[in-house]
Amino acid sequence: MIEFFDVSKTYSTGTRALQHVDLTIDDGEFVFIMGRSGGGKSTMLQLLLKEIEPSEGEIVVNDYTLRNMPRRFIPRYRRQLGMVFQDFRLLNDRSVFENVAFAQRVINKSAREIKESVPEALRMVGLSSKYKSLPGQLSGGERQRVAIARAIINKPSILLCDEPTGNLDEKTAREIMQLLDDINRQGTTVVVITHSAELVRDMDKRVITIDKGVIVSDV
Amino acid sequence: MYSIGQAFKNICRNIRLSLASVATVSACIFLFCIFFCVIANLRAMITNIETRVGITVFFDENLSDEEIMSIGERISAQPEVKETQFISADEAWSDFKKEYFEGKEELAEGFADDNPLKGSSSYAIWLKDAARQDSFVKYLENAEGVRQVNYTSQAGSLLTGINNALLIVSAILIGILLAVSIFLIRNTVMISAEFRKNETAIMRLIGATNSMIRAPFIIEGVTIGLIGTLIPLVGMYFLYGYVMRYMNEHYTMLSDIFSLMPHSSVFPVMTVVALILGVGIGFFTSLFALNRHLKV
Ligand SMILES: Nc1ncnc2c1ncn2[C@@H]1O[C@H](COP(=O)(O)OP(=O)(O)OP(=O)(O)O)[C@@H](O)[C@H]1O
Ligand SMILES: [Mg+2]
Repeated sequence: MIEFFDVSKTYSTGTRALQHVDLTIDDGEFVFIMGRSGGGKSTMLQLLLKEIEPSEGEIVVNDYTLRNMPRRFIPRYRRQLGMVFQDFRLLNDRSVFENVAFAQRVINKSAREIKESVPEALRMVGLSSKYKSLPGQLSGGERQRVAIARAIINKPSILLCDEPTGNLDEKTAREIMQLLDDINRQGTTVVVITHSAELVRDMDKRVITIDKGVIVSDV
Repeated sequence: MYSIGQAFKNICRNIRLSLASVATVSACIFLFCIFFCVIANLRAMITNIETRVGITVFFDENLSDEEIMSIGERISAQPEVKETQFISADEAWSDFKKEYFEGKEELAEGFADDNPLKGSSSYAIWLKDAARQDSFVKYLENAEGVRQVNYTSQAGSLLTGINNALLIVSAILIGILLAVSIFLIRNTVMISAEFRKNETAIMRLIGATNSMIRAPFIIEGVTIGLIGTLIPLVGMYFLYGYVMRYMNEHYTMLSDIFSLMPHSSVFPVMTVVALILGVGIGFFTSLFALNRHLKV
């Protein structure tokens, strides 16, 4: 569960990226966040990751109150969130398998666990056969699948995607959205930032529109 | 395990800078070892000399042993004195005979009972503090009944002077090399951190802890420090043995005073200090280099 209580964010430059945002996203929901460039969408995700702090208001995620959280709890908290970005953010010198395994290695999972769960995650995103490939040998859609596998391998309760299909053609974008929908069906809360009105229309999900830091519609 | 693998990847990736760092740490530790050995041995020699050579006081020849002993009492009462020993002329002669006519006792027979050292009863004096020797010698020379004062004034204080000068020089040189080592390790680690910026950013988002993010870089720094310490230590071990053999062969007559201490009395302490120094540089340099750059 994600809750924003009267959250405002003013950057040190004076930009008011978010203004008095109230928002609740329930467990298991699939939500699109739309809006014009500079509206404050990415700022919301960064607040959720506790990469930045709100200027005002309170954010509560899965009963964690972010404001009071000691720094040493941040890693543990972040393991409940999966992140997917427009630019994939893969390690280009490592195979698909290693890129996905990376998410487990850095939280000290055992080699045995890794051997079991990486193939499972790759199967989930439909990339079982390419586990040896390097990211440079994959198409954009496939790279995003690797990124998604990495994001879900630790079984986060919430998957946050910042324009996951921004670099992909329409057909591939649809496939990726389908994959995210599948993941959502298995119980993960999914939040997707996108500019593609067409995709959003086809998916028929909750859509939050945000402009100049204010939620202008939520349907 | 994963962190160690990554650390070695770091080292290999910018192998030249890593090697340069290892080399400076090595130079630093090597210098440290040399100075340590020299100073440790000098110290041992100084104590050796100080304990074995005291001040010897000879008295006017017309004084009887009783008179000499009463002067001796007075000298012993001085606060600087640690220990005195009266050596009568007869004792001196028999010591002398033992030392110089060993195996050729018949030569000494010529002297019969006619003690050639007659009138050379003496006092051997050991001071509490070798540094006060000069002023004490002056006091003795002016004392009543004293004919001659023998002492090895320079040897001890000269060595002490050399020792102190060496301490200062070594501290400065080691300090400079330390600074260069820190600078180079810092650069090495920071370049690795820069290279892995992308990776560490992802790690943070995935929920890796600070220590997990930093571990590869700290292990990198510590490894550089460790290798940089082990190389000169091993080298020094053999070099020391070589110098020890060389001195034993070429300076046999001085070997009493100027022989090197065995490995076992120099190396344990030196190894521990060198390791603390080398590994410490590696650890703290990388830790502080990262403090500013990597944070959850
Ligand atoms: N680190 C920052 N420092 C200062 N201003 C920032 C910072 N990050 C974002 N901003 C500003 O805050 C506003 C909202 O930015 P944000 O990235 O949230 O927009 P967005 O909705 O994600 O836009 P886009 O669709 O282009 O990604 C913008 O005006 C942006 O310039
Ligand atoms: Mg954005």
